[in-house]
Amino acid sequence: MTDLLTSPSGTTRRRRPRRSASTLTRPAAIGLGVGVTWFSILVLIPLALISFQAAGGGWGVFVETLGNPQTASAIGLTVRQALLVTLVNVVMGTLIAWVLVRDQFWGKRALETIIDIPFALPTIVAGLVLLSLYGPESPLGVDVSNTSHSVFLALLFVTLPFVVRAVQPVLMELEPEVEEAAASLGASTFTTWRRIILPSLAPSIASGATLSFARGISEYGSLVLLSGNLPFESEVASVRIFTYVENDNPAAASAVAVILLAVALAAIVTLNLISRRVARHG
Amino acid sequence: MGIEIVGVNKSFGDFVALSDIDLSIPSGGLTALLGPSGGGKSTLLRIIAGLETADSGTIEIEGQDTTNVPAQRRNVGFVFQHYAAFKHMSVAKNVAFGLEIRKRPKAEIARRVEELLELVHLEQFAHRLPAQLSGGQRQRMALARALAIEPSVLLLDEPFGALDAKVRKELRDWLRRLHDEVHVTTVFVTHDQEEALEVADTIVVINDGRIEQVGTPDDLYDKPASDFVLSFLGPVTTLGDRLIRPHDIEISRVEQAAVVDGPITRWTRVGFEIRLEVTPTDARYAPVQVSVTRTEAHALGLHPGDHVWLRPAVGAQSVVSA
Repeated sequence: MTDLLTSPSGTTRRRRPRRSASTLTRPAAIGLGVGVTWFSILVLIPLALISFQAAGGGWGVFVETLGNPQTASAIGLTVRQALLVTLVNVVMGTLIAWVLVRDQFWGKRALETIIDIPFALPTIVAGLVLLSLYGPESPLGVDVSNTSHSVFLALLFVTLPFVVRAVQPVLMELEPEVEEAAASLGASTFTTWRRIILPSLAPSIASGATLSFARGISEYGSLVLLSGNLPFESEVASVRIFTYVENDNPAAASAVAVILLAVALAAIVTLNLISRRVARHG
Repeated sequence: MGIEIVGVNKSFGDFVALSDIDLSIPSGGLTALLGPSGGGKSTLLRIIAGLETADSGTIEIEGQDTTNVPAQRRNVGFVFQHYAAFKHMSVAKNVAFGLEIRKRPKAEIARRVEELLELVHLEQFAHRLPAQLSGGQRQRMALARALAIEPSVLLLDEPFGALDAKVRKELRDWLRRLHDEVHVTTVFVTHDQEEALEVADTIVVINDGRIEQVGTPDDLYDKPASDFVLSFLGPVTTLGDRLIRPHDIEISRVEQAAVVDGPITRWTRVGFEIRLEVTPTDARYAPVQVSVTRTEAHALGLHPGDHVWLRPAVGAQSVVSA
């Protein structure tokens, strides 16, 4: 987007100095250095180590780990539930953001604050809340404990704010006049949504969805209590990693971790591509 | 024909935006709704477009009652002050939007878009995004987009309000010429009296939710119906007990029959024009603003502090001040 906006102005502007000639001033260079170091210590080095550990065992470890039906089932369940939850969030999150931005109602400020609670709540506390509400002693008479539904429910709870918070500011920036212009040109409400509003929101929906999916495949704390971690039923990938580590099999744990990493990366790229397509073809 | 507005009322809560508006706008003309901010002119325009509904009253466009027709089916072209561009679409796509909604054949759309872009002088910008255009270009794109659907009326809400003075003037001339070419019934809202006087065939002065006067620019300027219209259409000053334009005052350094006389107490030169303030010796009267050209001041030998005699020039319009 940015390069589109800035590059082809093509007028008589003087040629900028070549990219390679660094424009870094001393403070900027220090800033960059600190940033890269920080990022390396926190993210790059651990990531590299994990990949290295997994690769250290060669392909054999990967094949063996994935070949383990219990592990394969856990990864499958995790990815499936995370996808499902992300899908629900895309719809519900956009809807909630819309209501929060466009509608005026009593208690709006309160709702605005409550949305963030899944962010603020320690995940294990979220797990406790869910267990008491939807566990064996549910006052609502709904018991999803020890089923795959429990995973779905827990993920829904912790990922709720992502899409809402991503979409909200973009929606606030959207001028109502643009919709009126579309209406006066004859577009129905649905067409205006599909061709004008959705393309403007697509990048933010995608970034919210990416976060929600990433959180979904990595979630641990909020679902361990409710799901019961039953193999082939409600055991997720992060629990599998934990088990491998406990059984002193770090290579297999790393292998699962790398697979999750690859899935997350694939999700980020796919969502990015989709959002660009939607944004382009209004 | 044209647009017939009968008995339109509109309130927002306690605020009365329009009260009992009756107005008929001629077909094919270029009409300005002129008035101060918050006077109701934009609300009236939005009611004509169907973007706002009147509390009571009827709207007829080209002989068809559209009071209850939604904006989508009124076939009205609307141009907004802040362009309302579809930011993710190219200029050509923006212009094509209305035609695509109407499911016209692709070839026809392409041809029409090309024609329109030529009309608004944006042919070489067809593939740019709105963000890559200047304000004036964006507004021309918005105009082409509105014209694409061959609207029965074209409505512009403060179309040049967001542009700087020079571009505003250019676009104004250009709108006038465009209208002479396209002949679509056009209504535009403005709070700039110069813009209205220069561009419009008919001016409707709206203030406080009411129509003050309807007429040609000459009518309004020469025969203002009220002191509001007089003072809104240009500078005014009080000479004795009447409102008059500062340039309609005859000024003399020699004693003559006059309404007031007194010394020149302020002298401001603005380009070719000199604005004087004369403080009458008769303390009952307020200071009078007089405007003369530099050449006139020279010919009369005026200087700051001179004692002068003032009276209305022959044929000057004036209104008893309220």
